[in-house]
Order: sequence, then C-alpha cells, then structure tokens
Amino acid sequence: MPTPTIPDHVSRQLAATPKAQLVDMLYQMLLGRRYEERCAEMYALQKIGGFCHLYIGQEAVAIGALSTLRPDDLIITAYREHVHAIVKGCDPGRVMAELFGRRDGVSRGKGGSMHLFDREKGMLGGHGIVGGHIPLATGTAFAAKYQQKDYVTLCFFGEAAVNIGTFHESLNMAALWKLPVIYIVENNRFGMGTAIERSSAIYDVAQRACAYDMASETVDGMDVLAMREVVGRAVDLARREHAPTLIEARCYRFMGHSMSDPVHGHYRTKEEVQEQKQQDPIRSYADILTAAGLVDQARVEELDRKAREVTEQAIQFADASPEPSPDALFEDVYAMPYGPFTRSEQ
Amino acid sequence: MALITYRDALNQALREELRRDPAVFLMGEEVGVYQGAYKVSKGLLQEFGPQRIVDTPITEEGFSGVGIGAAMAGLRPIVEMMTWNFSLVAIDQIVNGAAKMLYMSGGQFNIPIVFRGPGGAAHQLAAQHSQSLEAWYASVPGLKVVAPSTPYDAKGLLKSAIRDDDPVIFMEGETLYGSKGEVPDEEYTIPLGVSDVKRTGTDVTVVAWSKMVTVALKAAETLAADGISCEVIDLRTLRPLDDAPILESVRKTNRCVILEEGWPYAGVGAQIAYQVQQAAFGDLDAPVTRVTGTDVPMPYAKNLEHMAMPSPARLIAAVREVLYLD
Repeated sequence: MPTPTIPDHVSRQLAATPKAQLVDMLYQMLLGRRYEERCAEMYALQKIGGFCHLYIGQEAVAIGALSTLRPDDLIITAYREHVHAIVKGCDPGRVMAELFGRRDGVSRGKGGSMHLFDREKGMLGGHGIVGGHIPLATGTAFAAKYQQKDYVTLCFFGEAAVNIGTFHESLNMAALWKLPVIYIVENNRFGMGTAIERSSAIYDVAQRACAYDMASETVDGMDVLAMREVVGRAVDLARREHAPTLIEARCYRFMGHSMSDPVHGHYRTKEEVQEQKQQDPIRSYADILTAAGLVDQARVEELDRKAREVTEQAIQFADASPEPSPDALFEDVYAMPYGPFTRSEQ
Repeated sequence: MALITYRDALNQALREELRRDPAVFLMGEEVGVYQGAYKVSKGLLQEFGPQRIVDTPITEEGFSGVGIGAAMAGLRPIVEMMTWNFSLVAIDQIVNGAAKMLYMSGGQFNIPIVFRGPGGAAHQLAAQHSQSLEAWYASVPGLKVVAPSTPYDAKGLLKSAIRDDDPVIFMEGETLYGSKGEVPDEEYTIPLGVSDVKRTGTDVTVVAWSKMVTVALKAAETLAADGISCEVIDLRTLRPLDDAPILESVRKTNRCVILEEGWPYAGVGAQIAYQVQQAAFGDLDAPVTRVTGTDVPMPYAKNLEHMAMPSPARLIAAVREVLYLD
C-alpha cells in the first residue's frame, strides 16, 4: 500500500496500472540493461562494428514512455535506440543479428546499430543524423490526421537536437496543423561531450515549446512511473485532440557517448558519473515495487535471470545467423528498379 | 490532341493523379491559395481542398521530411520546391532520408514521393536562383531524376513519377512553363528511364535534356542548312540513365556532343562521356565533347549571363569541331 512518503504520481500510477504491467516494466528495464551490457562486450569482441551508442542509465525514459502505447502507435528515434526497438516489440534476437550485421537482422543486416527498423512493430527507425528524423515523425502524424486515424507517433531525440533547424521547423508545423505527435527530448545533459550549458541559450528545454504555443512538460527521466504518467497524458491529448506535446525527460547516461568514448572523458568527472549512478532508475523502481508489495527480492532476481537468458539467446541467434548474401548488396536500392538502371550500374 | 503549355500539362498530370488516388497530396509553398508560384497548381485547391493541397510555411527541410514521414505511413506525397535552388536546405532529408530509407531498413520502407519544381536559369535571377542541380541528385543511389523538355513528356512522366514507388526528383524547366506542345486528350503515361530521339540524324549524336533540348534542336536546324545531320537524344530521365540508345546512336554517327545547362565539373555529361568512351571507344571518330554552363556562379548582368549559358552557337561550334570542319 502507498504510504504518505510516496510521491503522488507513484501512488496514482500504482493504482491505475495493471500489476502485471508494472512488473513487466521492471523486467523490460532489466532486459534493456543486460542487453546493453552484453552489447558493450560484443563490441569489444568486434562482433558489433561501426558506431554503437548504449542506453545504460536512460532506461526509464523509453520504458515509461512506451508503456502508454497501443501496438498500432509509431515510434521513431535517433541512434541510441536498441532498447526502444526491443520494448516496441522487435525480437531481441533479430535486433542483435542486426547489430552483428547478419541476414536475420531487423533491417536484414543493412542498417546496423543506428538503423533498426521494423514496420510490423511500428518501429520507424533508428536515424543517424541529429534532428533528421524529427520531420519524419511530424510526417507520420500528418498522415494519421490525413487518414483520419487515431494512432500517435512518439519521436525520441537528445537535447542537443533542439538546436538544429528541423526541430523548430517540425514544432512549428505540428502546432500549426495540430498533429498527433509527441516529441520526447532525452536530456542526458551532454551532446556527445558538450554540456547543454555550453550549447544552449536556454537550459530549460521544455520552454522551447512556448515559441510554438505547444503543450510541454518537464519530467524526471530517471523515474519510470513519472515518464508513464506524463507521456500518457500527452498520448491522450494527441489521440483525442490531435495535438502535439514537447516533453523534456531529464536523465543521465552512465556510459560514454558511444563505444569509442570513455565513460567520462574530459567533459565530465568520474565522481559525477559515480554520483549519478546512485540514482539508478532500475533500482529505484524495484524499490517502489518492493515497497508496494508487488515484487520481492527473489522475484527481482528471477526477472533479472530471465533478462540475462533472453540476452544470451539473442546473442546465440545472432551468432548463428549467416552474413547477408552478396546479392543483397544490390537489393532494395529501388522498390521499382528499371532495366536501364540495372544494366548500367550492375 | 490539344496544343497546351508545359505548365498546363503538369497541371493536368497533378489533377488526374489526385483524382485517381486519395493517398496522393500536394504540399509546398504557395501551392494552394496563391495557386502556385508558377501557377502549376492552379485550381487544385478549389477542386481538392486544403487537406490535399497543403500550403506550407517556408520550411523546405521541414516539409520535405514531413512528406517522407507521410510516405512511410502510406501516403504518396508530391512536394513542390518553389525552385530547386531552395532544395539545398532540404538536401539532408532528400539524400539521407528519402534516398536511403528502403536500403537501410532492409526493404521495409520504400518512399513513394515526388519532389518537383523548376530548375535551371531563367532571366537575370543571379547566382542563387539560377542553378541546375540535377548532377547533385543524379549521383545518389536510391533517387530517380527526371527532367522533361516538352509538354507531352512533362505530363506523361509526372504521372509515372507519382505512381512510382521510389523517390523521384522531378525537375521542370523554369523557362519552359509557357512553351506549347501537343498533348493527347486521352490518358497516357511515359515510363521513367526511357529516352526519346527528338530528331534523327547521321553525322553527330547530341545528348540533351530539359531546356537544352530546345537549344539542341535549334542548333540542329541551323546545322542542317549546312548539310550537317544531328541526331538529338532527349534523355528525359537522368537516373536511371537509358544508355543503350545513346550507344546505338554513337555507333551510327561515331561522334557525340553532350549539352548540359549545369556546371561541367562532375556534371551529368561527365558521366555520359565516361559511359560512351567505355562502351563505344572503337566507334568514336572524335573525342566525346561537352557544351556546358560556364564554371562560375551565375552573374546578374545580361551580357555575362548570356556568356555563362550554353547557346546554339556554342553547340554548333562543338559539332563542327568533332566533325573537324574548322
């Protein structure tokens, strides 16, 4: 039972959310954590190549946000998106196969870590140009309104993307045309190694919505139930009134920007990272569920064991998947290839 | 057959495709209430309403991305660039988004979208408003690039572009909008990727597209008076490139001159010259030659602008050169 020391939003969410879902959210956070830890190892073993951006520390953002969606809702993300993809329903094995560059990857091995796509699950990618996907989310929301459907689009990006033109162009159109899109800024304080204070004239990202007369919220992105509450409100607004919201989720990444970065580097101190790790979103949430009597230590350990097992199975699946066939090089350049093109270029 | 303008031919294509498929919509600056900066979309707002004829803010990168996102969700957008010069602020969306989405998603998300608008120089619009950017887009795998020269081609190719399941860069000639030509009364389409011989000849193969086809035909007329017979091939589509008819023609004429409004460096003509020498080296009696826009930003002054543009006189000189007549 909630006690008076428990924040109101926690009480509300505990009361309003099915118990099985509350526990499943903890499992998803554990899965996201274990999966990314193993991705770091797979990168070190050179099974994963290219750029690889891990989500460790930020799990509450994606899991809280996605817990509010219907299966037909869409998400579109930047390139730190392994966990978003899995939580949206992509098969963990097929995601790992994609990271390994294998035939059974969600993008058939041609996208990699930054370009996870799954049409069936409403995962519209993984995009690698900062801010480049924000107009795409605005476009899927435009389509929802055009088709007179009530699916919504969640668009995830980092706080550094709020200084690029596409962010402003998109917010303007979404507000002007009243589009059912929710822009979720994952403010982990650093755009690669540049602190928000060194890149933004305004640190309070949610204030940016004022310029477009758009609804906005600031939320503790280390608190999965706070994320669920705030995003749930925005999803309702989008579904009911076709109106957009800008949400700033304040969070922290426990790893470097990408696998080629050290954990803290020159731009933040080891002490700062250590201090932030004390606010681990998974531990906090496990404590809440324990206090509420929904899980005990043994149950948490069981969920963690399952998360590790699913991750290991994903790695086994990826390892067993063959490389793409050489023919795949020329496939899917065009949906409607023409004779002259194939003659000249192949 | 009716004699109509290039502008009206495009307007007919838009109207017919909007009627045919409710997933098709047009968006861009001034396409609705204003009736189109060049009046290509005249009357469409009245027939189809503001949901399908969407006036946008001046936000090319933003609305290009909105179009791509809408295409990912099942629509078939036509995005108008008021001129192709303005597409440079949207090129990330076109190149990093539209062109690559199918490939990097492993075949899951094709982007059936048309980006269209006028390109090339008009009259004294100076450096920022006089560019021929087809080589930029034609170099990108995943894009198709179309540049019609006549009302007949414009209508048939635009209809095919709208029905195509890939992103199509459709470049209209800014100074061609008022030009007239015969267009059938009944419905027709022209497949992308198929060139057209606009004039048959035996002495020199001239390859051109868009407005340069009219320059080539004018020069061919003058040369004919001197007994020189030019074959003028209108590429119509720059990517995919219909190279077989060019090679076939060169095997007959043994000479090839490429006429291009854009800059010479890494231009479309450079690619064609490469392919011709590669495939028909033994058939050539002279080096493949190009007549292009001058390698400078477009000047404003009338005399300088004239010097910077390919002209019938320059093409005639090049043709005479490959025939070793001067």
